Amino acid sequence: MSNAALPSAGPPPARRARVNWVPYALLLPGLLWLFVFFVVPMITLASQSLQEGDVDNGYTFTGNVGMYGQALQAYWPQLLRSIGYSGTATVLALVLGYPLAYFIASRRGAWKNILLVLVIAPFFTSFLIRTLAWQTILADDYLPARFARAIHFTDLLQLLNLSENSSLLSSKFAVICGLTYNFLPFMILPLFTSLDRLDGRLLEAAGDLYATPRQTFRHVTWPLSLPGVVAGTLLTFIPAAGDYINSKLLGNTQTVMIGQVIDAQFLRVLNYPLAAALSFVLLVLILSLVTAYVRRAGTEELV
Amino acid sequence: MAWVRRHLLTFAAMVTLFILLLPNVVVALFSFNKPNGRYNYQWVRFSADAWANPCGTPGICDSLGLSLRIGVTASVVATLLGTMVAFALGRFRFRGRATTNLLIFMPMATPEVVMGSSLLTLFVAMGLSTGALAILIAHIMFCVSFVVVAVKARVASLDPRLEEAAADLGATPVATFMKVTLPLVAPGIAAGALLAFSLSFDDYIITNFNASPSSITFPMYVWGAAQRGTPVQINVVGTVMFVLSVGIVLTAQLISRRRAQKA
Repeated sequence: MSNAALPSAGPPPARRARVNWVPYALLLPGLLWLFVFFVVPMITLASQSLQEGDVDNGYTFTGNVGMYGQALQAYWPQLLRSIGYSGTATVLALVLGYPLAYFIASRRGAWKNILLVLVIAPFFTSFLIRTLAWQTILADDYLPARFARAIHFTDLLQLLNLSENSSLLSSKFAVICGLTYNFLPFMILPLFTSLDRLDGRLLEAAGDLYATPRQTFRHVTWPLSLPGVVAGTLLTFIPAAGDYINSKLLGNTQTVMIGQVIDAQFLRVLNYPLAAALSFVLLVLILSLVTAYVRRAGTEELV
Repeated sequence: MAWVRRHLLTFAAMVTLFILLLPNVVVALFSFNKPNGRYNYQWVRFSADAWANPCGTPGICDSLGLSLRIGVTASVVATLLGTMVAFALGRFRFRGRATTNLLIFMPMATPEVVMGSSLLTLFVAMGLSTGALAILIAHIMFCVSFVVVAVKARVASLDPRLEEAAADLGATPVATFMKVTLPLVAPGIAAGALLAFSLSFDDYIITNFNASPSSITFPMYVWGAAQRGTPVQINVVGTVMFVLSVGIVLTAQLISRRRAQKA
């Protein structure tokens, strides 16, 4: 039976099962596309990082892993910074997104749909345009920056080394805000899906058993929403770690993220082996962080 | 206490919603600006010039046209490929299921800069030139997974008894598929196609790695403008996109609500 293809629903057929070619025919075009344009490029990327030469004279494969040492030595600050920024943005997005996801999930009828549309609506305007809008919002002589100066928030930012002067723009603070804002819907939607499925009777039961609202949240709501938390944090962290739009448009020369380096090395410096090595390091780093995270969340929290 | 708690939640939710929508409001507002210099960052005075002449800066409408063409083609192909995969995953048990799921999941778990640069190394290794075709290939690649996820949920929740009923009433398999299965899965397919289009239309990072000087998409145009000076027309396009898509989504919801009421 193991190599038999059966419809997943309905009674099992009485006759001897045979290999059904239908699912394979359905899969073939899509998976072939992903294989040729996703898997094969990973191989050419790895191969490129082990080549020597230059763009004009062509590259030859030498298997020289020295490029990795060189890349890490030169760009480890940007690599660490990317992980740090995207990690911070992920936590902020969770803190900001959870109340909204909970709020939407607890609405009924038309309001729920309208609020959901409002959450995904920003997606429909190019995210570059929206990030440029943050340049206006955080600009020096507008209300947010003035207010931040008035309540000494900018001094606090300088104290925390999140900003270098009394403006909000062109700082670590602005980059992290931009990352948080840009990937917020990716956090909210999975959280909403988890919280929407939550059985209201469980919350009532907790109340009936004299749990305080705080205990109910800690022991019922939060554990049941964990699949959404895991999915949301991954969907925020992964794209944010590779992003360089926010660091370029909202940051300064001290906020350069690894994506910016890869982009510059590939497209301007034309040092393909170095750029490929950095790209590969980023991929491996993120995959190992994600795997460790999912394992931890899976064994310790999800039980 | 309970009152305070409930309103604290409402307040926190509204703060997040405000942050989410504020940039869109700013974009719309500044589409009516008349900036003094090349950059549209400071409010100067009200003007509808950009709205009267949306193609008024060189290159903007060409890039918009290219992005729309790539977006439509990529979403059609990705929806076709993704829907087929979703049916295979939702309907059949077969060998290699885990591998298939992994292959679908991986593009969503890979940073764009890695996908973009790796595709560039493929095109370099094959000696192929980058440009509109390379961009299209890349967009289809990263859209397929999202379509699969959107459609699979719908296929899995389908009641098999409805199809059995159609078959019992003498419908051929093709007729059952066209008249029962497809209409039921259609909302998932539509959601997947819409998602694919917006992902393709909005992509900058992967596109940038696979573009050529003659294939400037709209996000690339905006990126270039951010370095040289931002024309107000960019805000006009952003506002139109926003209003159009919110309108489409709300109309679709209204129609499905009417249908549900009729049924």
